[in-house]
Amino acid sequence: MKKYLSLALAAAMAFSLAACGATGTSAPAGNAADSTPAASTPADAAPAEGGEAGAATGTLNVGGIGPLTGGVAVYGLATMQGAEIAVEEINALGGLQFELDFKDDTGVAETAVNAYNTLKDSADVIYGTTTTDPCINVAAETFNDRFFQLTPSASSTAVTEGRDNVFQMCFTDPNQGASAADYVKDNNLGESIGIIYNNADAYSTGLRDAFVARAAEIGLNVVEEQAFPDDNTPDFSAQLNALAAANVDLLFMPIYYTPAYNIVNQAQAQGFAPKYFGCDGMDGILDIEGMNPDLVEGLMLMTPFNASATDAATTSFVEKYQAAYDGLPNQFAADGYDAMWALYYAANAAGIDADNMSHEDICEALIATFTSGDFSVDGLTGSGMTWSAKGEISKDPVAVRIENGVYVTM
Amino acid sequence: MQFLSNLIGGVSLGSVYALIALGYTMVYGIARMLNFAHGDVIMVGAYVVFFAFCSGGMNPLLAILIAMAVCTLLGVTIERIAYRPLREAPSLAVLITAIGVSYLLQNGALLLWSANPRAFTSVVSIPPISLFGGRLTIPGNTLVNVVVCLVIMVGLWLFVNRTTPGHAMQAVSEDRGAAQLMGINVNATISLTFAIGSALAAVAGALLCSSYPMLQPTTGAMPGIKAFTAAVFGGIGSIPGALLGGILLGVIENLSKAYISTQISDAIVFLVLIVILLIKPTGLLGKKRVVKV
Repeated sequence: MKKYLSLALAAAMAFSLAACGATGTSAPAGNAADSTPAASTPADAAPAEGGEAGAATGTLNVGGIGPLTGGVAVYGLATMQGAEIAVEEINALGGLQFELDFKDDTGVAETAVNAYNTLKDSADVIYGTTTTDPCINVAAETFNDRFFQLTPSASSTAVTEGRDNVFQMCFTDPNQGASAADYVKDNNLGESIGIIYNNADAYSTGLRDAFVARAAEIGLNVVEEQAFPDDNTPDFSAQLNALAAANVDLLFMPIYYTPAYNIVNQAQAQGFAPKYFGCDGMDGILDIEGMNPDLVEGLMLMTPFNASATDAATTSFVEKYQAAYDGLPNQFAADGYDAMWALYYAANAAGIDADNMSHEDICEALIATFTSGDFSVDGLTGSGMTWSAKGEISKDPVAVRIENGVYVTM
Repeated sequence: MQFLSNLIGGVSLGSVYALIALGYTMVYGIARMLNFAHGDVIMVGAYVVFFAFCSGGMNPLLAILIAMAVCTLLGVTIERIAYRPLREAPSLAVLITAIGVSYLLQNGALLLWSANPRAFTSVVSIPPISLFGGRLTIPGNTLVNVVVCLVIMVGLWLFVNRTTPGHAMQAVSEDRGAAQLMGINVNATISLTFAIGSALAAVAGALLCSSYPMLQPTTGAMPGIKAFTAAVFGGIGSIPGALLGGILLGVIENLSKAYISTQISDAIVFLVLIVILLIKPTGLLGKKRVVKV
């Protein structure tokens, strides 16, 4: 009997470990406080910067990597589909042509490296990966092999650190955390700030650390912090009790929307109603099937892209996306779209001859262009976006508030 | 007051564990096997209720009845296809098969319904009770969970102890060979056990997702493991033990989250389990039984 039980318990533990391993995503993040928007005007979905009939020629083979199946497929599919829309527009212009070959990594690092090994025979540049862990692993390979790599959404600083060839389209986690604190302070959103975060997740802790550090600098009053160890945790009543007891009036939630929805639901059941402030991982909360919009009414979040914005570039993109894929594009799709255009502009500015240059030469030329200082891109997720030598992007953060079930730019 | 809130939160969580644990303990008590797929049958039940009630707009009770029917069918099918051929096999083989079935259900759900989470609308429409001028709130779900748990526990106990099929179950549990000699249809009895256990899983699924609304293919996995722990804690095979184990586990988990650490609350739960098993190897209410080899 004892033996049987211990066996079963061992199995239970192995099981729960497997369950823990199943999560682990990363969203893009961050923002930049010191961006200098260029005075260029985004006219259309295809803004002119590198010029329509640019200097680049040939066909640029873009090797894309991201999760198309598995638990984080929703992000990978978005980055692929957003990029596909841009590629279609780019190819319609004539001149430099793009050929996107997107491979599935299921959100797993080993699979991503395998996908990269398949792609590297034909690719000129690498686009991806969507999530952080696979991206760090692939970046190590592209750095050695000298491929230019642009990730739409892997937001950790570990992705670009020490690698001159890797660039991000999304904010870094520390940037976003710090500017979230600035935003709360500048707009007087709360007197007593509470934080709830996933302390087993690099994205969540990265944002939390940056937020807390910045809050201390600018005198934001953080009264209570609570953590949870797993996005699959269903129950947050103990954490919410502690936050309510500390009279938190604004709850900062640097977490993904799945646990966040459980939290707001449970808070309501317990009669605790703070204001909520999330980051880009919160993007998607309105797309949950069957969700109750009343629960998230007034929730604020920082996201680089608002699909219900009315500018010409956004509406054109949203229309094309909906026609092609059914459903509203999220920020991952917008980041993917911008990533392709950034590549296009840079290739033109650098005068890439895609058919005759080696991937090593393309890599060096693109690095020089991206970090040249006068290279900036206007896109869906920001205008006048520039890159530092570290590969981090600089763009303005945008905060939105949910009103009647849609994002309204604040 | 905060302590009371945390206690209520623990009871709420514990009642969900207890509901799931009842299914575990039922199957273990009669069929002598750990049905690790139980947590995933719960997930399937929750999806059926979601499609019937949350997006289909059906009456919640009717939706739960449909889910019970679907889960019963699923449970009996699993038993017939995966477990019955292994009736004479070593228990380890059955255990591994059960884990396999669990993964099959999870990945099947992933294929069928995708990984995108769905938000479950609570089947409970009782408003929360506010006490002490709003300083203490008892969610409506908690009340329903506890009541349903008690009703099911009493119902199961009466069924097993007071009805002929129940007596047959006890006999099969005591000694399968002797039961067969006495003219009891062992296979039918075990099928009935799975049918009841799986029907309970549908109820547990509906109530689990009513309290914690994010529904995903992995929704049943973690609560399933916790509920299994609860069943062992209370004495696996014992019906009142499942309830006691579930509630205690939920309370211990919530109080350690509130007063010790949110990071190691699971470690504390398992530590308590180990201590209990060292002192009382059969669990709190478990019966000693001699296993003949």
